[in-house]
Amino acid sequence: MKEYTAIKELPYYEELDFYKKQKRIVLQNCGLIDPEKIDDYIEKKGYQAAAKAITQMKSKEIIEEVKKSGLRGRGGGGFPTGLKWQFAKDAEGEKKYIVCNADEGDPGAFMDRSLLEGDPHKLLEGMMIAAYAIDADEGYIYVRAEYPLAIRRLKKAISQAEELGLLGENIFGTEFNFKIHIKEGAGAFVCGEETALMASIEGKRGTPTSRPPYPAQSGLWGKPTNINNVETYANIPFIIDNGAEEFNKFGTENSSGTKVFALTGKIKNTGLVEVPMGLSLRDIIYDIGGGITDDKGFKAVQTGGPSGGCIPAEQLDLKIDYDSLKEIGAMMGSGGMVVMDEDTCMVDVARFFLTFTQSESCGKCTPCRLGTKRMLEILERITEGEGKKGDIEKLEQLGKVIKEASLCGLGQTAPNPVLTTIKYFRDEYEAHINDKKCPAGQCDALKGSYVIDEDHCIGCGQCKTVCPADAITGKKQKAHTIDPEACISCGACAEVCPVNAISN
Amino acid sequence: MKSFSELKEYQNEISEKKKNNQKIDDKPEIIIGMGTCGIAAGAKKIRNAVVDVVKEKNLDVKITETGCIGMCEKEPLMDIKMPGMERVTYGEIEESDVKRIINKHVFEKKIVKEFAIARILE
Ligand SMILES: Cc1cc2nc3c(=O)[nH]c(=O)nc-3n(C[C@H](O)[C@H](O)[C@H](O)COP(=O)(O)O)c2cc1C
Repeated sequence: MKEYTAIKELPYYEELDFYKKQKRIVLQNCGLIDPEKIDDYIEKKGYQAAAKAITQMKSKEIIEEVKKSGLRGRGGGGFPTGLKWQFAKDAEGEKKYIVCNADEGDPGAFMDRSLLEGDPHKLLEGMMIAAYAIDADEGYIYVRAEYPLAIRRLKKAISQAEELGLLGENIFGTEFNFKIHIKEGAGAFVCGEETALMASIEGKRGTPTSRPPYPAQSGLWGKPTNINNVETYANIPFIIDNGAEEFNKFGTENSSGTKVFALTGKIKNTGLVEVPMGLSLRDIIYDIGGGITDDKGFKAVQTGGPSGGCIPAEQLDLKIDYDSLKEIGAMMGSGGMVVMDEDTCMVDVARFFLTFTQSESCGKCTPCRLGTKRMLEILERITEGEGKKGDIEKLEQLGKVIKEASLCGLGQTAPNPVLTTIKYFRDEYEAHINDKKCPAGQCDALKGSYVIDEDHCIGCGQCKTVCPADAITGKKQKAHTIDPEACISCGACAEVCPVNAISN
Repeated sequence: MKSFSELKEYQNEISEKKKNNQKIDDKPEIIIGMGTCGIAAGAKKIRNAVVDVVKEKNLDVKITETGCIGMCEKEPLMDIKMPGMERVTYGEIEESDVKRIINKHVFEKKIVKEFAIARILE
């Protein structure tokens, strides 16, 4: 077994490519402390920001600081957090609530889960500060039941904080009281939408209602409520501890701070990263993510999950923040980043995401319920080789109407994956419809028979050996041929060909 | 917590305790990444293997857990912190590697190149 002669030879985390460009504010403690020990958190200056806020700051000052920090909601929409707190503070009412959205429904997203599992006290501290700032005395964390470990650690964290008197009555010897409950969600995507989420906490069916009234006026049980995402709250201790100015050093003009992304798909270093806003997609995918699996070509990256868009290679140098992503038809969303390689069929990707949103549509409003269904039918037809002239235009038209007319964010964003793939990969749609071809070779119904390029074939015979349909003939050292009638388009031959002479 | 200063005192106590523990007679610590990602990659098996080795060799070590540090690709992760030495992360390990790593790192204070990923600045 090889060993290092001295510890100095081993790089520090900060020196690894994966971490060099990261800036860890929210994830500062994740992977370093024991999340089940409150002392570990307190040793890392935990609860100091809450103590400072509650004993030394007026609620107005806290809200001002959060406004100055420019922090925007990390749950998707990017609404300014300080302003949201202001609305809840200004709302009339004896009783107010704090709610944390930990529903995390996007396929492929695990940012919030990692934070809840790795550093649950950071969330509690952020919620405490928010509660004090808006005069709330009770909070709810809405976590999906599919996150049992996160729930267990949160419960433990809450009881430890209660034991030390960090939650409960007269916190830090002041008049401030605050308790936190956990509500387990059953995992419907739409329950991540804030009005549906609160209905679900109240024990009602989780369907959205139209806004206004906004939660700040009439939220949980009709009381003024502030709802934020896990990551949003987790930024608060840093801002209070170090000041808005320090926070503003990271990020872009209109999107300050950092963002946590979950890197998944065809990327070498899958994982969880936290980067300053304004880094380019190329930085994230190639420098941090290590590039595409098997060194294949990059085709697109999907940000914002099923509500987001597919971003093509031309946009790899885009500096990502809330506004730049919106401009190109995508979305920051909660931070999922699914990387796709050259073998991905973009029509199929659009179909995949729409299948998800269609089945998660709650059915309350017609544009979303029926519109997404009609769009999905068209996409299925196209991938099955039954596409018709005019389908693309129909998809565009339906998409536009659904976005404008749907009741909640689910419908308002569901067409995005379809519309962005049409915008950036229209030729792929056209190939499916007009030429009955899937350029990426993914759609089974459109896989043509394979052919051997006779000029390149070296006659090694490997294809002949693997062909399950005995469709290949040819003499050793001579060019081989495939019988198109017998070929079943499985692609086994193309995979083994040592000179890449076979294609379909 | 009745006041800000009480929190500060508490914090100092913890730090002091940690510092004292860091003196030569302190125990080595073996830390396993036990987020959902780590567990999915086999962290529970790794922990069991660590417990077995510790029992077998009658070692006086602390076995603790942590959450996900982000390198899901390299899970399962196991850190070893020897007194007076920086904490080192090992990755992509299997049950059968645990004994060798502990032998080298805990007994000989040597870092196993094959699995070592990075050290942590404390
Ligand atoms: C269909 C749908 C699903 C949503 N899912 C989530 C979610 O899982 N987590 C989240 O924080 N916000 C989600 N949101 C956004 C919330 O409605 C809300 O904007 C957010 O919790 C506000 O917090 P923020 O300002 O901190 O981002 C979802 C919205 C829609 C329309």
